[in-house]
Amino acid sequence: MAQHQVNYASAAGLPVALTSVDKLVNWGRSNSLWPLTYGLACCAIEMMASGAARFDFDRFGTIFRASPRQADVMILAGTLSKKHAEFTRRLYDQMAEPKWVISMGSCANTGGMFNTYATVQGVDRIVPVDIYLPGCAPRPETLQYALMMLQKKIRRESANMNKNTKQRLV
Amino acid sequence: MRKYTSKDNVQGKAYYTDRFWVAPRVPRLEVEEGSHFANVASTLKKYCKEPFIEVGQLILHIKPSDNISVLSLLKEKCGYTQCSELSAVDYLARDGEFEIFYQMLNVTQALRVRVICRIKQGEAIESIVPLFKMANFAEREMFDMFGIVSNNHPYLKRILMPDDWSGHPLLKTYPLQGDEAASWYEVDKIFGKEYRDIIGPENRDPAKIDRYDTKRFSRVGYEVPFDADISEGEKENPIEYSKTIMANYQKSSKQLKERR
Repeated sequence: MAQHQVNYASAAGLPVALTSVDKLVNWGRSNSLWPLTYGLACCAIEMMASGAARFDFDRFGTIFRASPRQADVMILAGTLSKKHAEFTRRLYDQMAEPKWVISMGSCANTGGMFNTYATVQGVDRIVPVDIYLPGCAPRPETLQYALMMLQKKIRRESANMNKNTKQRLV
Repeated sequence: MRKYTSKDNVQGKAYYTDRFWVAPRVPRLEVEEGSHFANVASTLKKYCKEPFIEVGQLILHIKPSDNISVLSLLKEKCGYTQCSELSAVDYLARDGEFEIFYQMLNVTQALRVRVICRIKQGEAIESIVPLFKMANFAEREMFDMFGIVSNNHPYLKRILMPDDWSGHPLLKTYPLQGDEAASWYEVDKIFGKEYRDIIGPENRDPAKIDRYDTKRFSRVGYEVPFDADISEGEKENPIEYSKTIMANYQKSSKQLKERR
């Protein structure tokens, strides 16, 4: 964000920052990404580790929420079964706009090794995915990197929500 | 000369099969006189004619209609107070029957008895929930996985698969990757059948390469703009890259030559 010193005397001695609305809004959005606690399988352990003290998601302003109403990001961590797909979509629909999805691990990306009748073959059949995160399970560093990439992506986007609204459901 | 074998789909077939391998059979032993199992066998003489012992467990083949009386005798007279497992095996292709087994445990003697009965497809079996509470979930699972109905079950519905699922997945005839209904299950449920065209069929091969999908793949030297349609044909000549970009590993192999 560009910072300019503008005539301090007229601004009553206060520092003034000039920016565009897009940048200001996206700065706020990208630095307070609150993910929904959504562990489905073993990837959830790595997601928890990312949130805990050693890797410390809090320093990115990322705080896990237990309610979809308060969340911006859905981190789909693990195998999604077909029985559960309905509820995943419902939780996604309950999240307030703007919202993003990280698909974490092989199982969420493609179904992984569960090439069976009961597993959703990639969560992008259910929800629109922004970041695909490879690994089985991905290390917490990978999730951190994915989150930083998502932050970058958000900073590139327009702050106008109508423009970002997806035309397709998936 | 060696016998000709078709070379089609050789990767899909077993690479090596031993013609002389004989599947090992667990020996069936007689019930010893005066043992605990002999007492059990004599108590159930009316229901099972030929009891035998396999791997230290008494095996009783009974008629499916006798299951309640056999299990209640085992529970009350012989001390088999626990039913540790109950399920079925699909032998429909071989015998046209299901095998239902009840694995019983005597906690004080540390001994096990397996009660086995066979039913035809479409037949029902009497529920053993009045005797063993564990049968509630186990018989629901048996219904879910094989479609075997237990009569007088308090709450017979699917336990693992969703209620509106079609098919019984543990049948040998059920395909591992699911039937038609299974492959569209989540799409139909969430978006409706009209949305099938937009989402498309499941990709069962994650390493699949679609050469006409220019969103995700491109051919080296024949690159086209993102999401361009190349189904009508590709470029004639490959893109000429600058010589400085393309590294010639053969040419600058000074060190390699020395090491050779």
